[in-house]
Amino acid sequence: MKCRRCENKASVHMRQHKLALCKEHYLEWIPEQTERFIKKYEMFTRHERILVAVSGGKDSLSLWDILVRLGYQVDGLYLGLGIDGGIGYSDESRRLTEKFANANNLKLHIVDIEKEYGQPIPVLSQISHRGYGKPCAVCGLAKRHEMNRIARDLGYDVLATGHNLDDEAAVLFGNTLSWSGDYLLRQGPVLAGAQGLARKVKPLCRFYEREMTAYAIARDIEYIYEECPFADGSQSIFYKESLNLLETARPGVKLTFYLNFLEAKKSGNLFVDRNAGQALLHSCPKCGQPTSAPDLCSFCRMIGKASTARTPDLQL
Amino acid sequence: MSAKLILRDKEYEVRPGMTLLDALKKNGIVPESVIATRNGEMITDDEVLRTGDVVKLIAVISGGSV
Repeated sequence: MKCRRCENKASVHMRQHKLALCKEHYLEWIPEQTERFIKKYEMFTRHERILVAVSGGKDSLSLWDILVRLGYQVDGLYLGLGIDGGIGYSDESRRLTEKFANANNLKLHIVDIEKEYGQPIPVLSQISHRGYGKPCAVCGLAKRHEMNRIARDLGYDVLATGHNLDDEAAVLFGNTLSWSGDYLLRQGPVLAGAQGLARKVKPLCRFYEREMTAYAIARDIEYIYEECPFADGSQSIFYKESLNLLETARPGVKLTFYLNFLEAKKSGNLFVDRNAGQALLHSCPKCGQPTSAPDLCSFCRMIGKASTARTPDLQL
Repeated sequence: MSAKLILRDKEYEVRPGMTLLDALKKNGIVPESVIATRNGEMITDDEVLRTGDVVKLIAVISGGSV
């Protein structure tokens, strides 16, 4: 398979885009597309100060790398959660984040939850009895709170996270399965700021997780390969794996799922009462049956088209 | 001598002459869930595997079972 841009051997094939690129052009394409998404969803400008939440994983470190290369004013925020899980998870993720910041001469803010609030996340979870035996709910709550606090206190205009399309599609899938209307209406590439609440943006929301892994590898970004020990067997991973089975059989299905959702939400068609549409129906001038089309109904248009087209030689 | 796929701590022997895509499917590995590298370079799934090839698979869903 050859690179679409230079005819050299391709390194990455993105079936959903019918696009293959060599390493060099892939490293150009990802930032170009990121810039396109930042502008399309009006995330931020080069005059604004951005705080990117970094975990030491491939997505957040790649996002930081991309935004710096694109010339944005961006600093990092690392939250020390105090998770060990037998693999020194938090220590290793902090080491890799600091290594990346130092190697690229970037400013990194570090907040240690235990130092700030007396206990690490797993203990806070046990004490507060939240989350059905897993610290994920407390962890999410603490991260949202602290990210917003630091962004607000240090005067950043916007908070950026490394959520990719697989993250977003998995959340969307879960909320669709349970028809969680409130959550569905709140999901999007930009969550507007409010009094005391920083604007949140997801510049990688249209890249597949596979694409971000390929970017980190191509860019030689050293990231923490192991997921949080508490994520093992999680619902979000199950949804991601399920969506990847669909994607393998139908390339592009994850992208369409997410983009059509955004489109429906933007157009206001999400959760519109279909009965309200009855008033818009009128009689087809040809057959008299109700239709929402402005003139002839779809059936009459189809028959009209068929009757004027040349009849193919069919053996029935 | 065969070609080999390595994913985390598992190794899969595959027949040379197969494409990477066929080798992944034959071993029940979801192609969308991995990036393949050979000698440190990423390869696409139409790559034909040769005798002695060692292809390292990197799981893209961290913590997932691919």
